[in-house]
Amino acid sequence: MRQQMPKQDPQIRRSNFEEVAQGFTAELAQAEAKRCLNCKKPLCVEGCPVEVEIPRFITLLVTGKTDEALAKIKEKNSLPAICGRVCPQENQCEKNCVLGRKGEPVAIGSLERYCADWGRAHQAAEPVCTPTAAMRGKVAVVGSGPAGLTAAADLALMGYEVTLFESLHATGGVLRYGIPEFRLPKAIVDYEVGNLEKLGVTIQTNVLIGKTLTIDELFAIGYQAVFIGTGAGLPYFLGISGENLNGVYSANEFLTRVNLMKAYRFPEFDTPIRIGQRVAVVGAGNVAMDSARTALRLGAKEVSIVYRRSREEMPARLEEIENAEEEGVIFRLLTNPVKLLGDENGNVTTMVCQKMALGEPDASGRRKPVPIPGSEEALSVDTVVVAIGQGPNPILLQGTTGLTLNKRGYIEVDPETLMTSIPGVFAGGDIVTGAATVIAAMGAGKRAARAIDRYLSEQK
Amino acid sequence: MKILDKKQLAPEIVKFLVEAPLIAKKAQPGHFIILRHKENGERIPLTIADFDREKGTITLVCQGIGKSTREINQMEKGDSFLDLLGPLGKAYPVQKLGTVVCVAGGLGVAPLYPKAKALHEAGNRIIGLVGAQRKEMLIMTEEMAAVCDELQFSTDDGSYGHHGLITEPLRAVLAREQVDEVVAVGPVPMMAAAVQVATAFKVPVVVSLNALMIDGTGMCGGCRVTVGGVTKFCCVDGPTFDGAAVDFHEILMRQRYYRDQETEALHRCKLEEAGK
Repeated sequence: MRQQMPKQDPQIRRSNFEEVAQGFTAELAQAEAKRCLNCKKPLCVEGCPVEVEIPRFITLLVTGKTDEALAKIKEKNSLPAICGRVCPQENQCEKNCVLGRKGEPVAIGSLERYCADWGRAHQAAEPVCTPTAAMRGKVAVVGSGPAGLTAAADLALMGYEVTLFESLHATGGVLRYGIPEFRLPKAIVDYEVGNLEKLGVTIQTNVLIGKTLTIDELFAIGYQAVFIGTGAGLPYFLGISGENLNGVYSANEFLTRVNLMKAYRFPEFDTPIRIGQRVAVVGAGNVAMDSARTALRLGAKEVSIVYRRSREEMPARLEEIENAEEEGVIFRLLTNPVKLLGDENGNVTTMVCQKMALGEPDASGRRKPVPIPGSEEALSVDTVVVAIGQGPNPILLQGTTGLTLNKRGYIEVDPETLMTSIPGVFAGGDIVTGAATVIAAMGAGKRAARAIDRYLSEQK
Repeated sequence: MKILDKKQLAPEIVKFLVEAPLIAKKAQPGHFIILRHKENGERIPLTIADFDREKGTITLVCQGIGKSTREINQMEKGDSFLDLLGPLGKAYPVQKLGTVVCVAGGLGVAPLYPKAKALHEAGNRIIGLVGAQRKEMLIMTEEMAAVCDELQFSTDDGSYGHHGLITEPLRAVLAREQVDEVVAVGPVPMMAAAVQVATAFKVPVVVSLNALMIDGTGMCGGCRVTVGGVTKFCCVDGPTFDGAAVDFHEILMRQRYYRDQETEALHRCKLEEAGK
């Protein structure tokens, strides 16, 4: 039987920021690892965007060689403690697991996390890249989110001199500002980024490429290739009246205040956040779940998810939806906000919603929500978080001449080489595909590192 | 990010000369930076009040109002800011227009000065109008004098120059002669009033907004302002906007949202100071 990872009790965890899922014990990890059939043709590996040799690391774990198991994972994945926590394994490796056909798949993500956490606790030796007199070349990586971190690590391991540029004061991108502490402790992001520095990667925070330095200047100061992994960082709003009232946050702002700026520890940290008694989070993706669960922990009395489609269409991971439900988040489904009303101080007080019914499938293949006439209702709120996705941030794109974008405003790349319209400039992750997952971005970073290596090898 | 020089301009208002060669190289009038002075500090946006590309320096002017800005103003020559990001925002498009009236209220001189200077260098005739609460709160008067063809002052208490609001001299100038553009920077009510006056005389008016923001790169959307009925992000679409199209009432209310927390933080800060 598949082992369950111990979790904090919902009634306790809903008021703290400690990690919810507490990881396998050695015994649980052993029991779970032994379930792996060690298939000759491992389908799980095909489901992994970064190609981790899953049965091999699990076999090493079974034989008690946790250090070697971790090393095996790290051959392909430089951020295992992060992936073990935030990857949607149910749609990837675990979805392909043969055991899942008749029963439950091996808990691959939990085992990956176990190995990574073991390494962190035991300070497992990291692969060290020793810079030789002749490094293979200089590469600039723009953006320190999952795509950039992976590209930087892989390039460093190949022997390149890598500088990672980040516009914020801290690295990690969405891992830092977006995903909350209770799902991904920031100490883990620090640790994984620290490993990158041990590989010889130079990190420069507070540099906004496109403003502080341009891509042209990066080439001028000696970089031979550039990887753009800036993500999709421009929050979408609903476009309804009252959206600029006080108390209406984009999920980006709400989560950035709490995660990056640590507003949940105000006044020890200087950045404030205001949380009301009644919070409505619009949207039903992972970011919406993170926002709703954060609002609970900040002390809101009632937190609801407001979503215009039904439960089946919710894009969040099932695990996150369940976590939110257990903690007491209310789901107002087939409900669409149409306007926000405020008081004389400009603070939001009411969300007027319309009930929806599902009609014919739309372009996304999901059944299109259609308003039910006369179904408007008023929801009393004092905080609204808009978590309906994000678009491409235009700063680097506007500040770079010759970069071809697609119709949606994302960077166009050659699907084979991941090279953009500018020779030597590569891109991957959300800035190419639109908002997706951490692991998809990491996969893109990995492929880009290989493509950059190929490109620079051919240049010589 | 090292502070090369520090000067007290007025009570609670400090000017810093900061080593920032990359930012200085790209800085244009209208640009701003975001700084964090310590590990658990806020990200504070400040306008680039001046820059020297050759020396690689920028000038920042900070008014100690809340906890963070008061702590920043206690930093000394030789100290370094922990983080400094920039230049941010869209540059103000400097053109040769003819006669431009540059109006500032209080700390607004800091964002106004680089625009006035660039407009002056572009060959415009500059009429400067600078207002403050009282004489000792007037700042950067020499810098303004150097780039203005005419310069008038006003104080709320009459301790220097015109006794009253700066919009009164603005009205007099616009009644007196043909003006091609008004640039107004200062507290929100002052900008709103300046826009009203300029619009009454059918003169185009540009303002510089200082919305609350976190990242300053378009990521959080906290700095939303309504301009011409459309939502704009002050950090990437501004901070300079067509004043006639700006919803000032909304800005005023948004600026007040964290007042209780700011008061709490400042109160604790003062208690700590008193305890030392």
